[in-house]
Amino acid sequence: MQHYFIILASEIYKILFLLIPVLVTVAMIVWLDRRVWAFVQKRRGPNVVGPFGLLQSLADALKYIFKEIIIPASSNKVIFILAPIVTMTLALIAWAVIPFSDEFVLADINVGILYIFAVSSLGVYGIIMGGWASNSKYPFLGSIRSAAQMVSYEVSIGVIIINVLLCVGSLNLSDIVLAQEKIWFVIPLFPMFVIFFISALAETNRPPFDLPEAEAELVAGYQTEYSGMMYAMFWLGEYANILLMCALGSILFLGGWLSPINMYPFDIVPSPLWLILKILFLFILFALVKAIVPRYRYDQLMKLGWKIFLPFSLIWVVLTAGYLMYFDLLPMV
Amino acid sequence: MIAHAIFFYIFSFIAVISAVMVTVSKNTVHSVFFLILDFISISCLFIMIGAEFLGMIMLIVYVGAVAVLFLFVVMMLNVAHQKNTFFKSTHGSRHIPIGLLVSLIIFFELVIVVGGWKYKPDLINSISLEISEVSNTHSIGYVLYTDYIHLFQLSGMILLVAMIGAIILTYRKREGLKRQSYFSQISREKGDGVDLVDVEKNKGVKIDV
Repeated sequence: MQHYFIILASEIYKILFLLIPVLVTVAMIVWLDRRVWAFVQKRRGPNVVGPFGLLQSLADALKYIFKEIIIPASSNKVIFILAPIVTMTLALIAWAVIPFSDEFVLADINVGILYIFAVSSLGVYGIIMGGWASNSKYPFLGSIRSAAQMVSYEVSIGVIIINVLLCVGSLNLSDIVLAQEKIWFVIPLFPMFVIFFISALAETNRPPFDLPEAEAELVAGYQTEYSGMMYAMFWLGEYANILLMCALGSILFLGGWLSPINMYPFDIVPSPLWLILKILFLFILFALVKAIVPRYRYDQLMKLGWKIFLPFSLIWVVLTAGYLMYFDLLPMV
Repeated sequence: MIAHAIFFYIFSFIAVISAVMVTVSKNTVHSVFFLILDFISISCLFIMIGAEFLGMIMLIVYVGAVAVLFLFVVMMLNVAHQKNTFFKSTHGSRHIPIGLLVSLIIFFELVIVVGGWKYKPDLINSISLEISEVSNTHSIGYVLYTDYIHLFQLSGMILLVAMIGAIILTYRKREGLKRQSYFSQISREKGDGVDLVDVEKNKGVKIDV
């Protein structure tokens, strides 16, 4: 019996060792997002609380904690409360399979990429549940929109992942990273990287695809009826999802925890730091896109997903498979 | 093994209870949510017996796509207001005999399958089950694209036919629909949009020709 408790305690320790940094990073990344956004528009951004405004997110969180949680009288109460919990949980459990270095992985499972894909496709339920349970027009419209949007862009992300998997020959995330030791997949599969980046924007409901919460049309979309800590959980879950997509992008295309060149000044940097730097790089791109691109119209969004990205990435799968087959480069299994 | 058994009972208990709740719950949207819970716990059971690929695919396909569309339809049709009066109506429901028939058929199918295992235990000794070294995904790939390639392609064709059929059945051409063409928008130049006219005095000019 004692044996079980020791295993349990060490697992809990490992989970906390991963989860607490992720949560702190999510809070910091919100600040970074707002700062980048402000600098592009020649504003200052949050710079009052703490040095460079670094503690702004903590102040916001404190405010959310002390605000009253309002549950609308005609809402479906159980599902209404469940929705932010689902969003937050799903955003955090996907981090279990992200490899930070060759030994630091919480769960090095064989189907890691499928796990992340499954969890991110479950993420739509938080939004649908929130929108439906609010029993109000704007949240409902927002959630219907986001359901269609996320399902559409998952298809193209899936096809892009197939491209990478063809070059790797394994669904394990550590194997995917190790397969890029010679060359990062961003170079041979550059068009796929671009499409992955844009699809990730749509998948996480970021601008220019933030139609589920388009404030000019839908007030705040599925979050309209939420307040206090429940709103903050949606918000944290959204940013945790964005970070996860950045991590996935850097593992699939930017070589994960590998250093750019395997030479003296680069290989003394610990490998988790490389992954963090790549995640940050992708996140700054996300923030820049938010600041400089206007919002898409809904029919344009659907057209982009189904009529442009899906055929293009399918054709690219055929090309990749044909190339690997012809030159006999298919990975041995 | 104790932990394994505990988790098995937790997941199977949730699966059975939520399967019952799908039919019993009054609100149709709740039914769909219970269906999703059922799918998730079934995929957990799949993962527990070592079929991790199948479990993940179950999550991605059924929970991530099919159930979302279910939910979509149920919400859009607003059937949430039509209360499910299956077990409450006064003069009984006409659906109960059909439901009983279907469940009887499924039950007998299960009996046949389990009976087959019971009396012919070497039935499950196929090649794909013996490879324990090879990961799940690889072993499925080995048989799916070699022995069963024709069945695999046939099922793909059936899905394609179903998809085209659904599109043809619901497609209707609407009159007066304006479509956006990116190419004509981008390839528009100054000459197409602007026309400079010398207007004679006191004559005016006819626009919108």
